[in-house]
Amino acid sequence: MPVRVQTGDFDAGAEIAALRRGNPKVGAVASFIGVCRDANDGDAVSTMTLEHYPGMTEKALEKIVAEARTRWDVVDVLVVHRVGELKPTDQIVLVVVAGAHRSEAFAACEFVMDYLKTRAPFWKKEQTPKGTRWVEARTSDDEAAQRWEPPKSSAA
Amino acid sequence: MKVKVLYLASLREQLGATGEDLDLSPAVSTVAGLRTLLMARGGAWQSALAQGKALRVAVNQEIAQPATPVKQGDEIAFFPPVTGG
Repeated sequence: MPVRVQTGDFDAGAEIAALRRGNPKVGAVASFIGVCRDANDGDAVSTMTLEHYPGMTEKALEKIVAEARTRWDVVDVLVVHRVGELKPTDQIVLVVVAGAHRSEAFAACEFVMDYLKTRAPFWKKEQTPKGTRWVEARTSDDEAAQRWEPPKSSAA
Repeated sequence: MKVKVLYLASLREQLGATGEDLDLSPAVSTVAGLRTLLMARGGAWQSALAQGKALRVAVNQEIAQPATPVKQGDEIAFFPPVTGG
């Protein structure tokens, strides 16, 4: 279950091919690519700079992937996240989940992204005509992650 | 008790510091205690670390809570809520 943090771009096709190469157990591959937009909160964005906490980032991503593997029967998971300076249309993040069936692959892919958005130590700073600013965390991201929490008062 | 403290992202800019090595008294035994100690410096420290500010803390690169113990040799990082992806 590789996780990578890198400044360079990634080739999703090559990554997917490598993840499932020669593995006849894989019947479904779900992937997600996050891309840098040219606007945020009503302002044009010319550059986005991604910072992270080296060491913790990799551990946090590995923990998220491990958690996904305990919840769904998946064959393999890949997370690639870029850091440094990015421009609109640049790729930011890739999540690939290979599984036997689509339902597990879809669910695990969405879970990894929702947890990554709220638990992996990355921060975005954007350049707009008004100056540079740090992107604020969104409550909608917390809500998306909370969907995966077990019910607090389980009848079981 | 020697610890390494890191300030990341917007917090680093608000504090004008990337981090520091601190020698804590035994009275400072938790994340909350360390935060209080740093706030007592006043100015940007007081405002950026104030209670109610959305802050996250990691001890040895694991997400921590206010009551998480702080021990000799720990790496303690303060940072804003994450915004990756």
